[in-house]
Amino acid sequence: MDQAIKTTPRIGDRPRPRKNYLNETRGFKSWAFTLDHKRIGIMYLIGVLFSFLLGGIFALLVRLTLLSPTHKIFGQVLLTAEQYNRVFTLHGAIMVFLFIIPAIPASLGNFVLPLMLGAKDVAFPRLNLFSFYLWLTGALMALTAMVFGAVDTGWTFYTPYSTTTDGPVTLMTAAVFVLGFSSIFTGLNFIATVHKLRAPGMGWFDLPLFIWGIYSTAVIQVLATPVLGITLVLLMLERSFGIGIFDPRIGGDPVLFQHFFWFYSHPAVYIMILPGMAIISELIPTFSQKTIFGYRAIAYSSVSLALVSFIVWGHHMFVAGQSQLATVVFSALTFLVAIPSGVKVFNWLGTMYQGNIKLDTPMLYAMSFLVLFAIGGLTGIFLGTLATDVHLTDTYFVVAHFHYVMMGSTVTAFIGGLHYWWPKMTGRMYSEKWGRVGCLLWNVGFNMTFLTQFFLGSKGMPRRYYNYLDQFQPLHAFSTVGSWIIGLGLFITAAYLLASLRKPADAPDNPWNGTTLEWQTSSPPITHNFEEQPVLEREPYDYRPVVAAR
Amino acid sequence: MSTTSVDLHAHGHEAEHAHDPHHQHHFTTMEQQFDTSKIGMWLFLVTEVLLFGGLFVGFGMMQARYPREFVEAHTHLVRWQGALNTVVLLISSYTMVLAVNAAKKGIKSKQVLFLALTIVCACIFLVVKYFEYSHKFEEGWLPAKYYSYKGDSLPACMEKSAGPEAAAAAPTTPPAPCTNGYATFFSFYFMMTGLHGIHILVGIIILTWVLIRANRGEFSSSYYTPVDLVGLYWHLVDMIWIYLFPLYYLIQ
Amino acid sequence: MEWLRRLMMPAQGSEFAKEIDNMYMGLFWLSVVLFLMIAIPTVYFAWRYRYRPGRVTPHNTHNTTLEITWTVLPLLLCVAIFFWGLKGWMEYAVAPGEAMEVQITAKKWLWQFEYPDGSRTINDLHVPINKPVKFIMTSEDVIHDFFVPDMRVKHDIIPGRYTEVWFNPTVHGQHVITCAEYCGKGHSDMHAVLTVDNDAEFAKFLETGGTEWEDYFNGKDPKKTPADWGKVQYETKGCNSCHTIDGSKSKGPTWKGIYGHMVELNNGTSVLVDDDYLRESMLYPNAKVVKGFEPIMPTFQGLLKENQIKGLQAFIKSLQ
Ligand code: HEA
Ligand code: HEA
Ligand code: HEC
Ligand code: CUA
Ligand SMILES: [Cu+2]
Repeated sequence: MDQAIKTTPRIGDRPRPRKNYLNETRGFKSWAFTLDHKRIGIMYLIGVLFSFLLGGIFALLVRLTLLSPTHKIFGQVLLTAEQYNRVFTLHGAIMVFLFIIPAIPASLGNFVLPLMLGAKDVAFPRLNLFSFYLWLTGALMALTAMVFGAVDTGWTFYTPYSTTTDGPVTLMTAAVFVLGFSSIFTGLNFIATVHKLRAPGMGWFDLPLFIWGIYSTAVIQVLATPVLGITLVLLMLERSFGIGIFDPRIGGDPVLFQHFFWFYSHPAVYIMILPGMAIISELIPTFSQKTIFGYRAIAYSSVSLALVSFIVWGHHMFVAGQSQLATVVFSALTFLVAIPSGVKVFNWLGTMYQGNIKLDTPMLYAMSFLVLFAIGGLTGIFLGTLATDVHLTDTYFVVAHFHYVMMGSTVTAFIGGLHYWWPKMTGRMYSEKWGRVGCLLWNVGFNMTFLTQFFLGSKGMPRRYYNYLDQFQPLHAFSTVGSWIIGLGLFITAAYLLASLRKPADAPDNPWNGTTLEWQTSSPPITHNFEEQPVLEREPYDYRPVVAAR
Repeated sequence: MSTTSVDLHAHGHEAEHAHDPHHQHHFTTMEQQFDTSKIGMWLFLVTEVLLFGGLFVGFGMMQARYPREFVEAHTHLVRWQGALNTVVLLISSYTMVLAVNAAKKGIKSKQVLFLALTIVCACIFLVVKYFEYSHKFEEGWLPAKYYSYKGDSLPACMEKSAGPEAAAAAPTTPPAPCTNGYATFFSFYFMMTGLHGIHILVGIIILTWVLIRANRGEFSSSYYTPVDLVGLYWHLVDMIWIYLFPLYYLIQ
Repeated sequence: MEWLRRLMMPAQGSEFAKEIDNMYMGLFWLSVVLFLMIAIPTVYFAWRYRYRPGRVTPHNTHNTTLEITWTVLPLLLCVAIFFWGLKGWMEYAVAPGEAMEVQITAKKWLWQFEYPDGSRTINDLHVPINKPVKFIMTSEDVIHDFFVPDMRVKHDIIPGRYTEVWFNPTVHGQHVITCAEYCGKGHSDMHAVLTVDNDAEFAKFLETGGTEWEDYFNGKDPKKTPADWGKVQYETKGCNSCHTIDGSKSKGPTWKGIYGHMVELNNGTSVLVDDDYLRESMLYPNAKVVKGFEPIMPTFQGLLKENQIKGLQAFIKSLQ
């Protein structure tokens, strides 16, 4: 192959098509009944960001209440104990079920996955739209439950508290049930798409790592979520008919509920993190302008994380009365998840090594991810270790741990990915300067809020506490101030992103010199994604100059 | 990643496949479309298996808790009715296979016949279930707190559940083992056979819809995806019954 | 580095707490090292390899040796951490046989402690220093969790079931007990005080039979009269297995309507049922045996505290 391979230009300089997926058809109906994965992705994006905002407002309320032990703001008690319990439950439930689980796969994934595969759409476009409407239904049900008094069970719905407390628990669990099926259908759709709709020439190991991550996520979604579904059905039946499975007064076993719940909800935390890792695996090679280091290791680690995630659920129940043998086994298995996570982290660092690193906003978020995930993951080890977990479980240490992994890692990756694909999705470049400001505030605020909470937790402050001992006040106050800085950072982020929509389209087709297929079409893409069916000839992340490839 | 262009969208695709009205634009070939649908269906069936799997696990846990009650309660089920239903479903599976085969070969009359037979079997199943259920309703073998049958050998715990007096007593001895396993058994019985029954009902609806389309002659050897998929679904529903039957009717 | 430990952990109330702290600090330093191994390269690479237009990056796709190294080393490390954690946990999980047993009943939102001699306290736990104590716990409503930060132990308390936890307190004085499993409105107020007594203090505590009785004698709560306290004794001390309070005859005479009346004894004499007679009947039951009954009542000497006798007297008096 001596003759130079003809390539399409890396930096998009092709004339912008007049029609794209955003303006080809207009009007409410053209969106509400669209089968275009890109439009569905955008609708999801708006939905999950709105949920994030709502969950965030509840979070700020939680923090504000904990500012002082008297809960007084300007002389007024902000929330009573009952209200506080409802607010943190809503915060957790909204963030988990409405926001973070659909966040990356259903919004960015929906938009990008077919593009990366060189496909015209996902395998089942109608199912895709249906799953969006399921999400919307679930969201509306949750909102209705909120209006009718809200639930105070915690996002974990532990029995027998959840079967005996007042409030629209049944409606809320029904909402989560519906959201679960939305998630299952998204996962199912993606698996079929990846299997069958790859561009000609694209083998499994030519898939961008984002796809590997989303694919592994989809496997968990399909395998774990039905169990959550049936658990919630049992909970609802227990509440309304007293079927005697979870309620000890009529012969049930409350710990059984916890097994069922965590059988889903532990894999669910990998539903949250794998897509985040998937984004990071795109950002780091692109902004290092260097091929990914250890492609196969990263791909396999995604799959193994997905599989191992099914056998560690008992680490949430070390002191909850499961058998001692189970406790020991679950602790041992828990450590297995650290290995593939570490493999990923080290390979990312290997990719940055000798790269040509551009510190654009998405890369800043990717670097923040590395640092914050290290903290979140390593504190997971404290919790997986039997002896230390006994002291730390159900304290703010756990709260800090999961905010580092969910928010510090997944949400950081999500925001990074949002910036990365923003030009592709909207055709606009955002303000790079404000992007950096936002990222800085995010990091400062986040660490102020949650690093503090590790200290609170190890000092013995239990979670889900409305009143606390005076000795914890300084740390709580510091944490609350941090949450305002996060809020400010996100507000700025939202503002400059929205502002960019007002200018005329100015984004090149490939602003970051990316190598995956989505950068080969115009920004924003045309309705059918590609003018002509792309065929894969080089591996992804191949940054060698074209002449050298022979 | 460089690309050359294989221009399927503009020419090849339309020239080759424009004739099939079932062909969706984002698939290159009908074959690809068929395979994709099949993967989708298989995945859906996996979620179904897990949905029931959760209940099977729950049943197992509760059986371990109340071994005696579960064995005793299961004798209330009428074994021949369960066996009859098993046979009926096995036959329906067979007719379903024949219907799919007929669709593959594009023989309309056989398709219609075998789909209809499958539906008939499904209906027989539901009729038998109706008699089983109504018998249990009469006897008071109902789930959970509606359980009102008095003839069991072990006392139920519901009556002596912790009231205010029990609260005052010091916990020097563990609480008496709760023997309301009968009610729990029937909770599971109704949940699992009920959920299965709903699946049969949904199956009948889909089968009818497919039957109507088959009667219109919509399926041919080049397009019979719906028949094939409903077939897969139907086999799963049968298979779940194959597990339910020994679990409830035969276990000693 | 003691100051750092103090910054992060609560006071140490037992040897076990020290062990946990050592382990925590060990994990802490290990994490610091691993964290720096990630954070420093991240920042350093970003600066060292910062963007230069036109620079060509090497095409390093992988390196199997490295790949194996950073799979196997963490794995070994993890195995080590697991066994370390297991060692500490075994100690937590298995109580020594000679441990004193205290029953805990948790309910929304208070703690009830019951000592081996039957004394009871509410939200106020006393244990002797340097002796292992085992707690046998159950709940009356939802799940609670017995958490003593200073001892570094906690365990869930589950309705319909008994769970256990133990510690060996070595530091005299007061410690916090708190509920660590979400249980509703009062969850964050569900505290109790743990007082580690020296032997003399604990003996004195047991002598008076805990502190719960005080609530029945201070007249603050109309639902807690001395007679109610007596009723509790009637039910928990086993009097109800031989005595009824509705006038019917059981193994022993009924208590209904006896107070202030004469009762015939088996030696032919009669005696007035007053507080002194009642006390005598409880402590020396065979001194005066009621006519028509066998002298089968055991003595409750040492088993009934003064306040309990007072309660029973009031209770019997109230049964007219
Ligand atoms: C995105 C979500 C996410 C992720 C990725 C994780 C990741 C991990 N989590 Fe976390 N976790 C949650 C979300 C998440 N968790 C949530 C929501 C809860 C609480 C739910 C509730 O109760 O409300 C929770 C609670 C929780 C508990 C229960 C605590 C308790 O209630 O007592 C435990 C215990 O084992 C645990 C462990 C771990 C471990 C070991 C990892 C590992 O995957 C981390 C692996 C990563 C690393 C270790 C860092 C990188 C690796 C290296 C640098 C290699 C070298 C490392 C070593 C040699 C150690 N988590
Ligand atoms: C994804 C998951 C997620 C996220 C992101 C967060 C975010 C935050 N959480 Fe989280 N939290 C949970 C999941 C999450 N939480 C869960 C599962 C629980 C457990 C609940 C339970 O116990 O049942 C919990 C519990 C919990 C507690 C413990 C309560 C208790 O135990 O008593 C606290 C206390 O500080 C807290 C604080 C916060 C704060 C300050 C934020 C902040 O960082 C939030 C900041 C966000 C905003 C201020 C919104 C601003 C958004 C916009 C302006 C729009 C953005 C638009 C664009 C970027 C374009 N949370
Ligand atoms: C094993 C059975 C038994 C138990 C347990 C028992 N008693 Fe008695 N009690 C008797 C019998 C028999 C008599 C009558 C014979 C006698 O006076 O000794 C009696 C008599 C009495 C009397 C005198 C009654 C009268 O009518 O004069 C009192 C007061 C009394 N018991 C108090 C108690 C208290 C208080 C307790 C619990 C702390 C208790 N008893 C537990 C069997 C029992
Ligand atoms: Cu009791 Cu929380
Ligand atoms: Cu977990």
